[in-house]
Amino acid sequence: MSLDRGNSGLPSLSDLPGLGQGDGDTTTAIVKLAVLAVGGQGGGVLTDWITELAERNGYRAQSTSVAGVAQRTGATIYYVEMLPDTGRDPVFSLSPAAGDVDIVIAAELMEAGRAVLRGFVTPDRTVLIASSHRILAVSEKIVPGDGSRDAAEVLNGAREAAKRLVAFDMERPALAAQSMISASLFGALSGSGALPFTKESFEEVIRLGGRGVAASLAAFDACHRLAESGDEIGAGAEPLPTSVQLKRSSVAGPARLIRQWNGLLQRVEELPEPVREMTLAGLRKVVDFQDVAYGLEYLDLVDRAAKMDEGESGWRLSIAAAKHAANAMTYDDVIRVADLKTRRARDQRIRDELNLAEDALLNVTEFLHPRMREICGTLPWRLGRWIEARPGLFNWLDGKLSKGRFVRSDRLAGYLSLWLLAALRPWRRRLLRHKIEAAHWNAWFDHALLVREEDYALGVEVLECRRLIKGYSDTHDRGLSKFDRVLSALALLQGREDAADWLRRLREAALLDEKGEALEGALKTIRTEVITAE
Amino acid sequence: MAERSFAAEVEKLKIGDGEVFRGEGILAITKALLECGVGYVGGYQGAPISHLMDVLSDAQPILSALGVHFEASASEATATAMLAASVHYPIRGAATFKSTVGVNVASDALANLASGGVTGGALIIVGEDYGEGSSIMQERSHAFAMKSQVWVLDPRPNLPSIVKAVRDGFELSEASNTPVMLQVRIRCCHVHGQFIASDNQAPAMTVAEALENPRRDTSRIVLPPASYAHEIEKVNKRMPAAKAFVRERGLNEVFGPKDGKVGIILQGGMYNAVIRALQRLGLADIHGDTEVPLYVLNVTYPLVDGEVLDFCGDKDAVLVVEEGQPNYLEQAIGAILYKAGARVTLKGKDPLPMAGEYTGAVMLDGCRAFLAEFAGQLLPDQGRAPNAAVAAPIGSKLAETVPMRPPGFCTGCPERPIFAATKLVEQELGAHHIASDIGCHLFSIMPPFELGATTMGYGLGPASASAFNAPDAKRRSISFIGDGGFWHNGLTSSIGNAVYNQNDGVIVVVDNHYSAATGGQDLLSSRETNGTKSTKHPITEALKGIGVTWIRQIDRTYDVTKVAATLKEALSTEATGPKVIVASSECMLNLQRRERPLVAAAIKDGERTVKPRFGVDEDVCTGDHACMRLSGCPSLSVKKLDDPLRDDPVAHIDQSCVGCGNCGEVAVAAKLCPSFYRADEVHNPSAAERFVGRLRAAVIGWLQARREARRLVFG
Repeated sequence: MSLDRGNSGLPSLSDLPGLGQGDGDTTTAIVKLAVLAVGGQGGGVLTDWITELAERNGYRAQSTSVAGVAQRTGATIYYVEMLPDTGRDPVFSLSPAAGDVDIVIAAELMEAGRAVLRGFVTPDRTVLIASSHRILAVSEKIVPGDGSRDAAEVLNGAREAAKRLVAFDMERPALAAQSMISASLFGALSGSGALPFTKESFEEVIRLGGRGVAASLAAFDACHRLAESGDEIGAGAEPLPTSVQLKRSSVAGPARLIRQWNGLLQRVEELPEPVREMTLAGLRKVVDFQDVAYGLEYLDLVDRAAKMDEGESGWRLSIAAAKHAANAMTYDDVIRVADLKTRRARDQRIRDELNLAEDALLNVTEFLHPRMREICGTLPWRLGRWIEARPGLFNWLDGKLSKGRFVRSDRLAGYLSLWLLAALRPWRRRLLRHKIEAAHWNAWFDHALLVREEDYALGVEVLECRRLIKGYSDTHDRGLSKFDRVLSALALLQGREDAADWLRRLREAALLDEKGEALEGALKTIRTEVITAE
Repeated sequence: MAERSFAAEVEKLKIGDGEVFRGEGILAITKALLECGVGYVGGYQGAPISHLMDVLSDAQPILSALGVHFEASASEATATAMLAASVHYPIRGAATFKSTVGVNVASDALANLASGGVTGGALIIVGEDYGEGSSIMQERSHAFAMKSQVWVLDPRPNLPSIVKAVRDGFELSEASNTPVMLQVRIRCCHVHGQFIASDNQAPAMTVAEALENPRRDTSRIVLPPASYAHEIEKVNKRMPAAKAFVRERGLNEVFGPKDGKVGIILQGGMYNAVIRALQRLGLADIHGDTEVPLYVLNVTYPLVDGEVLDFCGDKDAVLVVEEGQPNYLEQAIGAILYKAGARVTLKGKDPLPMAGEYTGAVMLDGCRAFLAEFAGQLLPDQGRAPNAAVAAPIGSKLAETVPMRPPGFCTGCPERPIFAATKLVEQELGAHHIASDIGCHLFSIMPPFELGATTMGYGLGPASASAFNAPDAKRRSISFIGDGGFWHNGLTSSIGNAVYNQNDGVIVVVDNHYSAATGGQDLLSSRETNGTKSTKHPITEALKGIGVTWIRQIDRTYDVTKVAATLKEALSTEATGPKVIVASSECMLNLQRRERPLVAAAIKDGERTVKPRFGVDEDVCTGDHACMRLSGCPSLSVKKLDDPLRDDPVAHIDQSCVGCGNCGEVAVAAKLCPSFYRADEVHNPSAAERFVGRLRAAVIGWLQARREARRLVFG
């Protein structure tokens, strides 16, 4: 493979008959080092450090970069060559060549993948030092579902391509030390032993810089030690930051409620073992959303699914029911948002995230834009329906009430307005939004179980489609429309052996883009398939 | 104030004879200009020569002490026109810019300058932005040099060679009365190396002395009959003088054995790449001593026929290594050889590719194929064990997995909300024809915004929408132009044109207070006081002056609702003529660079300071990522929750957030979701503030406790 070859259409070197390649290579004494980074990561600083390091150790060194517009968050590349000083100038190359790089430093996991793809990482020689953390590309972030690329695959590719891979999350030590990843990478380079220079010599170069020396040295040291201790530390683990573990046991409250809660737990215990974990998570969510009685309603749904389920299918139906019924029942209404934003735990989380001192003041502004639809949803259902049935009135009120509100929730007026909204919780069942949501999830759930009678796997897939409904206002409407469109294919699919597979594919397509263009394509395919089949 | 400070580099400009200068290639050129007694320097910023401008800008005290005039020119045409000072006066002058875009703009001045010729040395330093990392169309400046008959230096890419080229360039220019173009490639500009410095020289004649002793010579002005005489003079006098100078001074170099059967003719800038290919083939040693004869063209225009014929004389085949196309050198060398009846085989764009950068792999393949065909005996024996293939083939799956990472708007960029607003307006009113310009705002064409149909040149955004002037149409065009492009030429080419032709379209001037994409240099409309330049000239005043009547100034682009409303107003108003919105907020890179140390100092000194940052309530966020489709901010990403109930990752804002406000404003304007909050951390609050804070916390704490006591709380 020679991606850099351009379009000459020539055979590559190794293809030329009768010619060995690289036998006479006179540059083997030159250390060739490439840094691949994302603009803004401090790749330039790292390159300067490496050059300085080489020169202080009696080497001649040359560094180059392509700065310019790629500095603005794009993929960038820096290149260094070094050779022990013989008193005469060597001729260095100004850019890395495929198959001819000794050390590659990648400041982010996908950039390591890019280095492999560009042929800079080869099994005969390249030490690849890569931070396994992710900076998601825009294309990964804008996917309505989970657009993040497969990290394990890139790590495998890197491992396969490199002579030696040193990979771990180098961003975390930098953050912990309030430094930049450049210091971490320099530490990993030092710890890897890929360059014949002492740790003290590396540290001296950092000290010369004069700015943020202590923080840089801390990050440097942490990564030096990690790189020294082993090549891959936790590199295969999920690289995305994960929130704290769901603590399953802790629950507090008045004794009466605790007793009722224990009663609910009793019922969870009666479920088949594999279903319990998901049910417990769901139960906590729905009780937290409303009350214990709501938990009972939820368990009734899960029970219905469990009764139609079977162990040999891995209880997939009940698990899907437990998961998606909980999400459906904890719809995102005004009360829920107000409730979540007025809790003590939320205050604490913000303080933790900011690393705020106990005594520092914190002002919090919420960005809300409730529309008439949400307001109607929070009215007693008859009143809400009455208004909705009168578009003139509805739109007039919408014009009056629907506007962006920046609410200072650290001030009493702002906090109290949210707190009072959350106080509507006991009346929630009588409000319009609940009527709409309950009708919707009941219909969906009944439908899924009905489908299950014919086709187990398809029933599970119908439950899973609930994942499509999420978000607020327009996003929520789009989700509902995707949900309806996906399920519209059921009539065509039922009775086919691969029906469940098709429904899954439709759901996945629906999550690929905002408007549902991929979904439309998939639906079209199905219609053609079915017609051809008939 | 530029993005990067060059205080340390400026000190290097002062070093004297025999001292070692260490630094980037572009700084070496700067130092060389002073050593050559340059009298004035002008230029227009842009990678890869921005640093040259920035250093000179920061070095103005040194320059004034020497009597050197420096100017940050309004455009490349201005910078080149400035070289008129060398027409009648023996003053050395230099102009610099990014190319080929720079020579495109400068070509009018360049042609006039070249026609009349120069007395003092005139050097045009072009940063050839070609190949990897380039942000412009892939063309060659060489064509402009040939058509205007301006000589081109393309030195070997190491500091001593480019410093020598500056010196040679001035002398060549003076010896042949012709401007000289010094071409440096992007990596050469950023190469780190060293050279032995000389003392700086004050100019032989300063611009002040010239002003006090004016000269004129009608024969140097481009008007018949002088213009006809100029052409004859170029061919009969200046070209031969240049060739003689190049030959006598040995500006081109020959390396390697004298009697080889094959040879390589190369641009000086390609030298290291060619040597690396030969090194890897075992045909050159680590210091570049080569077994293959090389003829290095440090001067690529004009070619010296005699030198070409001498080099090719006894060879069977020569390879021309010439990056970019058309292959002017290969054609010219072919013509020289053919006319002389030479029988040598000429190779060039075959085996090397016609187009694209000559990377290490391309060069290796090309040299190898050439040598295999014509000098197989030079290459290592077949019997030796071959090494592994160039690169291990990794499945194409990896290529699908690794995402593209094009450049985009920085964290907190004030241009992001402008395009978020535009996207929202399009969602409501439908798609429009959108014309883009050159600058950071061109990132709008990328995801997540994907706005903009064309880009036709700097300051030409609205001009490129001028055909779409159909007042009867149901939609208007929208065109963007940055403050950089506006002052470069957009005021006349785009705005004046729209006024004069009564264009009905909407024009958005993206004003971030600087020429931001090139490194944050000041402009006429910058808001900061600049010690040596006149700033603070409002864009709106210029618009009024040129005759725009419908103008809306937005002073905080982060107000997405307002930007969207203003855009809708512009698209629907009954007013005739161009509708111009000036959307202004300071470039976040510059703002942070200035403010961050101040904020840190203020916090340390006990001053009340507010640090804003945005956050997402992860239990409120549903993981649809609609916010990202209106942002693309590097600090706004996603995280996976450790919750079996949640399939999709939720939005997450990391510590790099600068609290610009886009997230919150977009969430409100697009009615997205209530997940975003802004957390203002108040450092060193006043006693009263603390007291009120405690009071609030007590009441809120009581309300929280009250509710918790009546419900189940899951930890």
